[in-house]
Amino acid sequence: MNDLRDRFTGRLEDRRFLTGTGRYVDDITLPHQAHMALVLSPYAHAVLRGIDTAEAEAMPGVLAVLTGADVLADGLGPVPPFFMPKMWGGPEGYATLRPILCTDRVRCVGDRVAIVIAETRDQARLAAEMVAVDYDPLPVVTSARAALEGDGVPLWEDNPTGNLSCSLEMGDKAATAAAFAAADVTLHRHFLTPRLAPASLEPRGCIGHYDAGEDRYTLHTSSQDPHGFRAVIARNVLKCAESRIRVISPDVGGGFGLKAHMHPEDALVLWASRRTGRPVKWIATRSEAMMTDTQGRGQEIEAEIALNRDGKVLAVRATAWTNMGAYFWGTATPPFYFAMQLIPNVYDLGAVDLTNHAVFTNIAPMSVYRGAGRPEATFVMERLMDEAAAAIGMDPVELRLKNVIAPEAMPFKTATGMVYDSGEFANMIRKARAAADWAGFPARAEASRAKGLLRGRSLISYIEVAGVMNERMELRFEPDGTLTILAGTHSHGQGHATVFTELVADWLSIPAESIRYVQGDTDRILVGRGTFAARSSMLGGSALLRAKDALIERAKEMAAVVLQAEIADIDFEQGMLKVRGSNKALSLIEAAKLFYLPAGPANLLGIGLTGAGTAAGKPGAAPNYPNGCMVCEVEVNPKTGALTIERFVAFDDVGRILNATLCEGQIHGGIAQGLGQALLEAMTYDEDGQLTSGSFMDYCMPRAEHMPAVDSYLLEVPCATNPLQVKGVGESGAIGTPAALVNAVMDAIRPLGVTSIDMPVTQARLWQTLRDAEAGV
Amino acid sequence: MNEFQIIRPAALSDAVAAFNDAEEAMYLSGGMTLIPSMKARLAAPQLLIDLSGLPEMQGISDSGLSLRIGAMTRWAEILRSDVVAGAIPELARLVGQIADRHVRNRGTIGGSIANNDPAADCPAAVLGLGATLITDRREIAADDFYLGLFTTALEEDEILVAIDFPKPQAAAYAKHPHPASGYAVAGVMVARMAQGWRVAVTGAGADGAFRLTELEAALQSGPVEAALEKIDVSAIQVLNEPAFPADFRRQLILWLARESLGRLAV
Ligand SMILES: Cc1cc2nc3c(=O)[nH]c(=O)nc-3n(C[C@H](O)[C@H](O)[C@H](O)COP(=O)(O)OP(=O)(O)OC[C@H]3O[C@@H](n4cnc5c(N)ncnc54)[C@H](O)[C@@H]3O)c2cc1C
Repeated sequence: MNDLRDRFTGRLEDRRFLTGTGRYVDDITLPHQAHMALVLSPYAHAVLRGIDTAEAEAMPGVLAVLTGADVLADGLGPVPPFFMPKMWGGPEGYATLRPILCTDRVRCVGDRVAIVIAETRDQARLAAEMVAVDYDPLPVVTSARAALEGDGVPLWEDNPTGNLSCSLEMGDKAATAAAFAAADVTLHRHFLTPRLAPASLEPRGCIGHYDAGEDRYTLHTSSQDPHGFRAVIARNVLKCAESRIRVISPDVGGGFGLKAHMHPEDALVLWASRRTGRPVKWIATRSEAMMTDTQGRGQEIEAEIALNRDGKVLAVRATAWTNMGAYFWGTATPPFYFAMQLIPNVYDLGAVDLTNHAVFTNIAPMSVYRGAGRPEATFVMERLMDEAAAAIGMDPVELRLKNVIAPEAMPFKTATGMVYDSGEFANMIRKARAAADWAGFPARAEASRAKGLLRGRSLISYIEVAGVMNERMELRFEPDGTLTILAGTHSHGQGHATVFTELVADWLSIPAESIRYVQGDTDRILVGRGTFAARSSMLGGSALLRAKDALIERAKEMAAVVLQAEIADIDFEQGMLKVRGSNKALSLIEAAKLFYLPAGPANLLGIGLTGAGTAAGKPGAAPNYPNGCMVCEVEVNPKTGALTIERFVAFDDVGRILNATLCEGQIHGGIAQGLGQALLEAMTYDEDGQLTSGSFMDYCMPRAEHMPAVDSYLLEVPCATNPLQVKGVGESGAIGTPAALVNAVMDAIRPLGVTSIDMPVTQARLWQTLRDAEAGV
Repeated sequence: MNEFQIIRPAALSDAVAAFNDAEEAMYLSGGMTLIPSMKARLAAPQLLIDLSGLPEMQGISDSGLSLRIGAMTRWAEILRSDVVAGAIPELARLVGQIADRHVRNRGTIGGSIANNDPAADCPAAVLGLGATLITDRREIAADDFYLGLFTTALEEDEILVAIDFPKPQAAAYAKHPHPASGYAVAGVMVARMAQGWRVAVTGAGADGAFRLTELEAALQSGPVEAALEKIDVSAIQVLNEPAFPADFRRQLILWLARESLGRLAV
């Protein structure tokens, strides 16, 4: 399949994306459309005493002003988390019930308090400013650790464990304690991973349309998972049949996990449409996006490693505090879970003892963001490995080679219960080391030193778990012999239309131009899980393969009738259904057309040629484990704290490669996000819970000028858990990059006595760290 | 954005009169600062007075001793101007570090100076070169112009018409851009004028742009290296932002002074 790279001339999507004919929610205008504006809490924590809507209602163009009281009066339900850790075998935990508008209390800045519907967007906004809300401020806590240790007041008074939702524990406490007691060396580090803004280029936005005649709702929304949105809104909020809601998610301008779960606005526009009899549109401004979007990451951790002088790692112990924000919202469980479960990484660790506390605070809710817990896990393990190597005076690469899981040990069950099916970790490390000219480092370091600069390097390994839940794909021939792919997955920049079309064209030997790709519409797609957690090529691709098989089986029935042969004697080869041992044949396209004739064999076989296929991932079946290595070299100016990335090599095992160009594009994008996390980005709040990074003037997104030249190599280690032998690729770059960058920086500055530096490693922070080290702080 | 009216007067006196007649009026130049703040509802004028139709505020000219730039001149025009390149090339270099080309195509020098954002670049040139600010009613010396963050000596209805920059014997500007916004976390302009040295700092000061008089005096009396060694920045009141520790900002002033003086020597 590698040859697909040579044939690659661009994505099928590119024409519409590059010519401005993409179709995003804000491109859609429905007849008689009205607009929604939000009234958001300016307080991080307060009792909601009352809301006076009179003045707003009297403003020009205003159709309705709705509050939490109206939500209750109309019987709209609150939204629980999409699922809790318990579903994955974790603890029960306190699951918040979040109303779509707050009724008696606000718990973070940006909590939704009221909405205004008006003829124009500006009228709605102007009136929203006139909604008078009476707040009674409460004490605020923004740090997870402080919230547990008694600062602030409980956010959820009916939670018996205060601000703790649950504590997830993994591993073996006794075995770990014994290993620590027996180890030659133990060391402890404290790490902070700040909160990050998903910052999708297309902000969240939606249009709700209630059709009173049909008693049916249509939601146009920027979503990674239209069916998931529909289920939550039907079941929890509107309490209606799913068939009464249609969710359409057209082109989506970036999701990164932000759009994997619904936000209150998705339900609010539907309800507002029902109340006003008008389609209602809402598109987040950038400021609203920064304030109201779920965020990624946000973890504090105390981590320890125990090893012997010969480099054998014996155990890892860690306690983490995950800042859930005000709600346990959406798909917050995977990052919470994976941040612990993937700590063993590619190593055969004797024992682990891991605890993760999910803590409520007065900041925006946390949920999935590219990598979702895996970057945190990788950061902890890889930072510890480098610190341990320094402590015992061993080359950090040799330390890794000494502890990696051998290919012969596959399938391998980790100390946290993951079962890796495949992976050539040592091979990967050696290849990456060679590609980055590890041996030439001393000379380069000397050259840097001559310029007064410090050079540092790192080699890190990462592993990812990809492919959650099952998936369904469908193939449907049209009466004229053209083919439609009905995808349960959802592309929002990944290029699925290209890859799935290429696969099907290849399998069926039909021209790609005769294939149409359809996604993102609950009326057209029977069911789909959407796209996140690097699942689509494995689950979508495997389901597509099975759909193809089902389609061919049915086409053989037609061939058997037309060619007067036994089904068992018919083979499908290069677009033709052939009777074995004869020259009788029927093309697949001709067979398809026969299925649609108003008379003939279709009478007997049933009208229509379609095939559907299912593939299954976790839970219930094995996921896959993309993995890789990164080598990074940096130069640090010890006087100014200025940092440059001099070398960046990424080696990724993505299983069988479907489209190398798109794989590398995913790796590059992930590295950009990982670099943002390591060096530039942090969502910050002051002690009153006010967002202090609410615009791109303060929140630093990675730009082209920040990116190093990336040498990306793909290693094909076929995956054993799916018929396409593919692994995920979407999150890979984002997972290893923070650890690679920070380890390289640490390698440069460790000789000055620095033991730790927090992300983002800005110039100011690096300068301060070096100065503190110099002063012996 | 709230509803507003917009007019484009052809005479300065009409612009001022319109300002005073209206309940809540604001002058509009490039709109690169004003329009975003209106969108964010931080400003809600009922009347916008577009200054782009006033001939006095246009044009760039070299009088021999100084360079006069109309307040309505857009950054892009300054960058393109042969007159600026000939008279004070360092001014064009400074302007080239402002924002991006889209913003430079709209933003004006007058709008920037009137707005007096503490992180803007231009105050370093105005103070560093000792410019004269020419308004519809008077001339204001640079040293009397800056009164604090977003505050200038301009009266409420006063219009900045042009800026007169004396030509330096040599000048250099160095900037540490904010990684997110591109504005100056600190920026230092050093200039050797006929009357002596001037050094101005933007971006860093707690009260906005200021002159580093201590360094000016040291440069006056001795070689550059000795002057840099001598000055003490530890007492400078700098802007307080968590992302930029005060000591780091003070340090930046020193580095940037060194960098710009280094460029002067070349
Ligand atoms: C993305 C972005 C990045 C930027 N980066 C930088 C940067 O790196 N460095 C930098 O220095 N600047 C930067 N700026 C600011 C830019 O230079 C603006 O052009 C400038 O601040 C304002 O100029 P303007 O002509 O757009 O003024 P306007 O927005 O039109 O006006 C600004 C204010 O001044 C008043 N005003 C305007 N003209 C006059 C006048 N002649 N007399 C009296 N009052 C007047 C207005 O009433 C208003 O209050 C950036 C702006 C943006 C949007």
